[in-house]
Amino acid sequence: MANTHAPQGDKYYIPHGSPWPFFGSVTLFTVMLGAVGTMEGAGAGSLILSLGFTMLAVLFIGWFGTVIRENQEGIYNLHVDRSFRMGMMWFIFSEVMFFAAFFGALFYARQLSVPWLAGEGVKGAVEHLVMFQDYAGGWPTNGPEALSPRADGTYEIVPALGLPAINTLILLTSGVTLTVAHHALQAGKRGVLNVFLAITFLLGFVFVGLQAEEYHHAYTELGLQLSTGVYGSTFFMLTGFHGFHVCLGALMLLVVWFRTMKGHLTPERHFAFEAVAWYWHFVDVVWLGLFVFVYWL
Amino acid sequence: MAHAEAHAHDGHDHNHAPAGIGRWLFATNHKDIGTMYLVFALIMFFIGGAMAMVIRLELFKPGLQFVDPGFFNSMTTMHALIMIFGGVMPAWTGLANWMIPLQVGAPDMALPRMNNYSFWILPFAFTLLLLSFFLPGGAPAGGWTLYPPLVLQAGDSFGLTIFAIHMMGISSIMGAINVVVTIMNMRAPGMDLLKMPLFCWTWLITAYLLIATMPVLAGAVTMLLTDHYFGTAFFNPAGGGDPVMFQHIFWFFGHPEVYILILPAFGIVSEIIPTFSRKPLFGYESMVYATGSIAFLSFIVWAHHMFTVGMPLAGQLFFMLSTMLIAVPTGVKVFNWTTTMWRGSISYEPPMLFALAFLFLFTIGGFSGLMLAIAPADFQYHDTYFVVAHFHYVLVPGAVFAIMAGVYYWLPKWTGHMYDLKLATWHFWLSTISVNVLFFPMHFLGLAGMPRRIPDYNVQFADWNMVASIGGFAFGLSQVMFVWIVLKSVRGGGPKASARVWDDTNSEGLEWTVPSPAPFHTFETPPVIK
Repeated sequence: MANTHAPQGDKYYIPHGSPWPFFGSVTLFTVMLGAVGTMEGAGAGSLILSLGFTMLAVLFIGWFGTVIRENQEGIYNLHVDRSFRMGMMWFIFSEVMFFAAFFGALFYARQLSVPWLAGEGVKGAVEHLVMFQDYAGGWPTNGPEALSPRADGTYEIVPALGLPAINTLILLTSGVTLTVAHHALQAGKRGVLNVFLAITFLLGFVFVGLQAEEYHHAYTELGLQLSTGVYGSTFFMLTGFHGFHVCLGALMLLVVWFRTMKGHLTPERHFAFEAVAWYWHFVDVVWLGLFVFVYWL
Repeated sequence: MAHAEAHAHDGHDHNHAPAGIGRWLFATNHKDIGTMYLVFALIMFFIGGAMAMVIRLELFKPGLQFVDPGFFNSMTTMHALIMIFGGVMPAWTGLANWMIPLQVGAPDMALPRMNNYSFWILPFAFTLLLLSFFLPGGAPAGGWTLYPPLVLQAGDSFGLTIFAIHMMGISSIMGAINVVVTIMNMRAPGMDLLKMPLFCWTWLITAYLLIATMPVLAGAVTMLLTDHYFGTAFFNPAGGGDPVMFQHIFWFFGHPEVYILILPAFGIVSEIIPTFSRKPLFGYESMVYATGSIAFLSFIVWAHHMFTVGMPLAGQLFFMLSTMLIAVPTGVKVFNWTTTMWRGSISYEPPMLFALAFLFLFTIGGFSGLMLAIAPADFQYHDTYFVVAHFHYVLVPGAVFAIMAGVYYWLPKWTGHMYDLKLATWHFWLSTISVNVLFFPMHFLGLAGMPRRIPDYNVQFADWNMVASIGGFAFGLSQVMFVWIVLKSVRGGGPKASARVWDDTNSEGLEWTVPSPAPFHTFETPPVIK
């Protein structure tokens, strides 16, 4: 670490007052208010929303900037470092639970609600007879009323062995390149580190680009949209939230890359790198679940 | 700025609080943030309480008197959301902020800026929620459980409700992460996990529950949001979805949530009873294991909230039996508290009185919970006032009494002044009598078949409703005393409190080793525990 003075032994760093958390609360309020206004079609909604996003950018740059500066000054000792590690770990766990809710919805629809609608079991017999006598169920499905943007109620799905397979390869490769970068960081090979870190976030951005391409194809040609029944809902919400997390992860990698280019992070102390690496592997694992359960099976 | 801070910190201790509004807006001190949490919770208790008064006023006699049914439904919905997310949960977090660093010998919470963030999100979240009253369609009125398809028919305020819940969730998750990290990383040398005061233990386990379930609630309400605005079909059978699916996801969050509301109460009671019995807690380790078991079981019982929606027989049996299993660790706790008092030298100061009321009245709520757990019987009780009686018994003389017990226990430590014990004893008796007048008749109403969430009812239910309403008004008014007692102590009334505060040598928490009032910074150099 580029210390301006040595870490002070066992003294735990307690920051004195900071304006960023309060600013963050105002930001969150603005974003949420703007989002509601936009969805409800209120005139000022999108304006407030853009203001909110601008504040969000200021928040991230300001707050994280402060943390990076303090880190460079060497006031975070190993005790503080451990708090950061634990905090990040539990944050990722909360993210896992967020995805679990949507995977739960997918499994529930596939294994329970769709078969019931098609007449399976005691519960199903009633729903089927009373409401949807012609519905055969199966998966994928857009439901008994065949919700679809097309007039005839049809839609097509994205085959697993097209873009999704390529995307799987891309993400898995990015996991490997990130590990190479990590080993290079630990071995003090800054050149290798910078190159492989760059490859990693570039792969991330390529992944997001290909997902965008896939979405465009689905929306314009396949008749597969958010509103295409429960298949469209689970497909886009799961892959959409995942894509959003890839964007975040790639941005975080980019920031870490800027830092390594400036000479930050040492072979011994590089929590920022590790935290982002954990996050990236988490996003990777979620994708494997998506590839198997959303695209493939 | 950071540089200056680093130097300031390197230098001598400066044990004074910053001046002006910045002290509160930019706070990183666990005691200040704890105070803000507690004040916020108190305000929310009164706002939510005012809504409860409207409900009891309308139900005072049969017929529609004061409010229209739509507004009545908004009242029940908002009362619940405000009391749960704005009252009880922030009160627990406030107590955690104040006491956990003091109890484990830490200089502050582990992540002080995030601590400030978790607090300041809350006033904004509840501003969003309360704004919904002023939009076309009014505040959410489909019940706090937000069941589709009813909730999807809300007015323009739907998005506000959902985003307010998102913000509360973000706040809770960050608060919980802070508690976990503080306890796991900031304990003073020698403070082994199994030496920690039980309040720390129960809060640690509560924090795990929060981190695991608040994101699931976020997922559930996100699906509601997209179903409402973007045409997804998660809960729409026409597209292959199922409204019951929401109930499963919601209660997967919702059941652990009720333990989030009560586990810290177990912790507080486990500290107060030994102090005023002048005996160490009986069965400390079994208390810890019982708390862990309750937390584990809370994840596998959720469908007992929805026995009547139709579920396979095997499902009903599983959820019925797993629910009843919770009585075992809960019983361990109740017996341990009772045994702690056995042959103790008991005195009845206000914290002990509230803890004792908790012990008896929470147990009543636990027993009615057992009745509700029996699937075939639940078909009769479901959505009646029996359920209302049950969860109010565990939440009001349960969680809320434990919060008041905790405040009365630690208030002298915070303010440095003993509060008016006589007045607080009056507050106790008025609260305890009125809370029973308020909620006990609801058992009879429910067993007689009165449905919940209705503004009008059959005349056969008139008498007990009137009794309950009288109890409700009395309970509401009694709480004004609480504010008076606390304010008086904060403003320096009453005799000075010693460091140990209570006449007892058994309470081993480190909070009793620092002076009263606790200085702005404590344990900057970690204490060593033998």
